[in-house]
Amino acid sequence: MVEQTVQIVSNERDTDLYFRLVVRAPGIAPLVQPGQFAHVRILPLKEALLRRPFSIFQISGDTLSILYKTIGRGTEVLSRMRPGEELSMIGPLGHGFTVPQPACETPLLVAGGYGMAALYLLAQRSPQRGVVFVGGRRRVDILCEAEFRALGWEVRVTTEDGSHGEKGLVTQAVLTELERRAPGRKLFACGPTPMLKAVGRLAAEFNLPAELSLDEHMGCGIGVCLTCVVPIKAGESWEYQRTCTEGPVFDSREVVWEAGE
Amino acid sequence: MNLSVKIGTLTLQNPVTVASGTFGYGVEYAQLIDLNQLGAVVVKGIRLEPVRGNPTPRTVEVTSGLINAIGLQGPGVDGFIRKYWLFLKGLKVPTIINIWGKTVEEYAEVARRFDALGGVGALEFNVSCPNIKAGGAQFGTDLKLLSQVVSECRKATKLPLITKMSPNVVSIVPYAKAAEEAGSDALSIMNSFPAMAIDIETRRPSLANVTGGLTGPCIKPIAIKLVWEAAKAVKIPIIGMGGIQSAADAIEFLMAGATAVAVGTANFYEPQTALQVVAGLREFMQQQGIGDVRELIGSVQTGK
Repeated sequence: MVEQTVQIVSNERDTDLYFRLVVRAPGIAPLVQPGQFAHVRILPLKEALLRRPFSIFQISGDTLSILYKTIGRGTEVLSRMRPGEELSMIGPLGHGFTVPQPACETPLLVAGGYGMAALYLLAQRSPQRGVVFVGGRRRVDILCEAEFRALGWEVRVTTEDGSHGEKGLVTQAVLTELERRAPGRKLFACGPTPMLKAVGRLAAEFNLPAELSLDEHMGCGIGVCLTCVVPIKAGESWEYQRTCTEGPVFDSREVVWEAGE
Repeated sequence: MNLSVKIGTLTLQNPVTVASGTFGYGVEYAQLIDLNQLGAVVVKGIRLEPVRGNPTPRTVEVTSGLINAIGLQGPGVDGFIRKYWLFLKGLKVPTIINIWGKTVEEYAEVARRFDALGGVGALEFNVSCPNIKAGGAQFGTDLKLLSQVVSECRKATKLPLITKMSPNVVSIVPYAKAAEEAGSDALSIMNSFPAMAIDIETRRPSLANVTGGLTGPCIKPIAIKLVWEAAKAVKIPIIGMGGIQSAADAIEFLMAGATAVAVGTANFYEPQTALQVVAGLREFMQQQGIGDVRELIGSVQTGK
């Protein structure tokens, strides 16, 4: 974990409300493991105090990139920042995905919207190729499809309006694949909470291991404020663990969704 | 140049500490800042038993502030000692342990446990958390209960006792005096201010707990006034806190009458804040030709 002032190299619109930010972060980039995140202070925000957490998308030398959607004040201000401007970044943070070992289970990645960003490094560093299931509402919500294909992964796209790929939910496509009952699979997922819950249910139904990257509201990002807690199994009961520290990636069997409802 | 101050029998190398609940157990910040440059480390509130805390959402960002209702999640006395004490004991700066209980007896028992531990710098009593049903603020907003909890803890330990005051009273003066008379060695002023936010799309409160405690730069002027009022009424030192994010903020607290200060919510967004305050304070003293930080304490001029 390092805190440093990073300089924006580029900050370009991807599709629709999605942007790609590249920053020079020599203290952070080399340390990043798949599924980890960076906590970013957007200095022009002023009256909004907290940092914003973003999955680390790609690494190239001493730069790292973030794929984000403008969903609120923080990301809107960020999207207007230009190359040369500075951000304060703490990273890499959190406990990421387990990178598959050679000759172990075939990885099946499941992403909803900008959840793809959290899975890219995993796909890149996995010695085994697998299948990426990508879902979104419309065509513009499907991101970096070509980049996953360029890594040699099979990409299956679903959109809710049918404007790209198969029509329907991403978890329907995953179900169809799992029903083939090919042996030795493992699921890795990042996306909206309802999607993660559905992936967890599929993993349980087909008795497969699954790692889920949770997206919770965060405060400090380093484990002290206890904002981002989720209910996790502990003995016979459960306890609140921190998405920023014990997570964001949890074994789906450990997450006690019903306790948080 | 002297930066050191005394809180009861405890000497701090400089007057800059951190606010309980914003600094975990210190270890979380060890990779980002040199903890040994602080005046003291103040840990998150601990009661006898582990505490699960409130449901989520637990915090909401508001203009220049943050409302939280964490519910004092924590490992309990034994869990704290097992997981964190070895690390904290190894620091060169004192650890102030924030404690709470649901009854007067529990406060006293927790105080006894930490007294017996050895090596603790001071105990801070949380009698002002707005986010728990039993314990917390009920002790800090009732003069009789406040006196009782402080005097029972006084009997339980020789460690310096710091009472963390609630801002949610008509006047802080009688509460400050009551804590002093019951044997408190210092006062922490203030805890978070009761607050609420509503999501207008869902018409739901922003916090699962409905209400919470407001912290951050937006509460600083309230805290400055409370410190100023209390400082005129008691002889014991005051640790001032509420929205400090710069040396200038900290100096304001000192001038209002605080002997030391605590950086709180700013730790969440800028972990370097406390050390920046130390550096900025030193710089200010140099510029003003002040040789001893104690010259700043209570130096506000309110007369004509």
